[in-house]
Amino acid sequence: MDEENLHRKLSSLRKILERSGPFCRPDFEPSPESLKFLMQNCKILVVGAGGLGCECLKNLALMGFRQMEVIDMDVIDLSNLNRQFLFRHKDIGKSKAVTAAKFINDRIPGCNVTPHFCRIQDKEPEFYKQFHIILCGLDSIIARRWINSMLTSLLVYNDDQLDVSSVIPLIDGGTEGFKGNLRVILPGLTPCIECSLDLYPPQITYPLCTIANTPRLPEHCIEYVKVVQWPRENPFDCCIDGDDPQHITWIYEKSNDRALHFGIRGLTYRLVQGVIKNIIPAVASTNAIIASMCCTEVFKVATSCSASLNNYMVFSNTDGIYTFSYEAEKNENCLSCSHSIKEVPLKSLDVKLKEFIDILKYDNAFQLKNPSITAKISGKNKTLYVENIASLEEQTRQNLSKSLFELGISNQTDLIVADSTAPSTFTFKVKVSD
Amino acid sequence: MIKLFSLKNAKKDGESPKTGTQKKASAAQLRIQKDITELNLPKTCGTEFPDPDDLLTFKLIICPDEGFYKGGRFVFSFKVGPNYPHEPPKVKCETQVYHPNIDLEGNVCLNILREDWKPVLTINSIVYGLQYLFLEPNPEDPLNKDAADVLQNNRRMFEQNVIKAMRGGYIGQCYFQRCLK
Repeated sequence: MDEENLHRKLSSLRKILERSGPFCRPDFEPSPESLKFLMQNCKILVVGAGGLGCECLKNLALMGFRQMEVIDMDVIDLSNLNRQFLFRHKDIGKSKAVTAAKFINDRIPGCNVTPHFCRIQDKEPEFYKQFHIILCGLDSIIARRWINSMLTSLLVYNDDQLDVSSVIPLIDGGTEGFKGNLRVILPGLTPCIECSLDLYPPQITYPLCTIANTPRLPEHCIEYVKVVQWPRENPFDCCIDGDDPQHITWIYEKSNDRALHFGIRGLTYRLVQGVIKNIIPAVASTNAIIASMCCTEVFKVATSCSASLNNYMVFSNTDGIYTFSYEAEKNENCLSCSHSIKEVPLKSLDVKLKEFIDILKYDNAFQLKNPSITAKISGKNKTLYVENIASLEEQTRQNLSKSLFELGISNQTDLIVADSTAPSTFTFKVKVSD
Repeated sequence: MIKLFSLKNAKKDGESPKTGTQKKASAAQLRIQKDITELNLPKTCGTEFPDPDDLLTFKLIICPDEGFYKGGRFVFSFKVGPNYPHEPPKVKCETQVYHPNIDLEGNVCLNILREDWKPVLTINSIVYGLQYLFLEPNPEDPLNKDAADVLQNNRRMFEQNVIKAMRGGYIGQCYFQRCLK
């Protein structure tokens, strides 16, 4: 791209960032600084380089963002090429993140996209901490919950006050066929993924007895082979891999036999693939629309030029075009973002676990009833004490007479406490006076 | 609208705030600890944790004190995945049982384990569901069709078959291991 082109692009961004307007946020100060920040400093992580990810990387790069990283564990498949336009036929089998980053960097001068070909879980908190904004284009609830939990764990509280500089905004987009949604999450401030977990539609499942005895749909036959026949016959000595054609063929043949037996029509190889891999037809235009809105939100958060979406938008273009946005509510007892780190002052770490539990029970500040305590000690989950389950009580009883020091607890350790008096878990930290 | 922090002041040139870099327990982990702490087991049920530090894998033992299965001892394995409670735990019956709603591989037909699972349900709900299966086997939605047919047509014979199976023996072609308490 030549100088003139770049200048033209910048001039339209300048109109927004260097002038005031009726929709500006009150704290917005028009100045060239915003654009400089956006182009030089603002670090964005794009999670997922699939349908949404490709669109988002392209949008952000054309919008002037230059410091971007992208993370995706997947490789490119033939079926991606119709909508994941940063990939070509020759790229099949290569890393999505690497290929997408290279495409953007080659195409847009000055843009610096760093790829990460790995799982999100492979990265440490230090990695996530470096970003100003995180943009998710994922197809998995587990991955969303993981990122969400990572961002809430990065929050810093000083005397119960959230340090806002530790908040990393999360823009989360999602699509399914002709439907999509978008949310803007300021961890610790606005509702998070976990606050409204039950809003996610459940996976389609069929009653086991139906698929076993009275199948009526081709899907019933496929599910039966998946749930009952595969574990029974274990044809390849491993779990089902939806990307392995041998596996799909085996399931196709078995479920076809079953369909014939019950006189069910309509079972195809593609349907088997769809049911096993849980494929929902992806629609390029839905991705493009949701991605454009995601990137607009990133732009707004990065520059404060306009108020952000507050905080949840649903979109459907099945019959005409429909959007609706509303303010989801924070769950005060959210397991992820409700702040409940409590400090327990102690004289020393020589205090026995039993004495510590007694403080939780009988100290006026806590008044718990039957606290169970776990902790992550040197990277491993440890169950320290569970009172109300006989078998666990017996297995953890010997910890009661050990001191916190002996158990490996320091004032850095998060002690996770569940109790029947509270709807969610607490995090306790010991505070040793010196 | 919440007053957004100014990003420009928040972080400059990679300067990051002092956070604890400890990885927090996952939401599934926190939720299962909560579930277990609130587990209210009926006197016919017990648990076993092969590794007490892993609350996501455990066994439930049911010893019914009434009904067809009185005197038996049935072990169920629970595996709670990282997507709990969005997805239900995986539950299998490890004891071979002559039961209309449990097949010979240990698959259990209980609605809340599959199609009717909701994140508001807990491990406790499943325990009660499983216990109910032993009190009221349901021949309408069978998984073991032979057992269901017998239960529907000849209650007395079903009762005898259950006792025979629990003592250890053949029902038709199938051998059941002894599972009396």
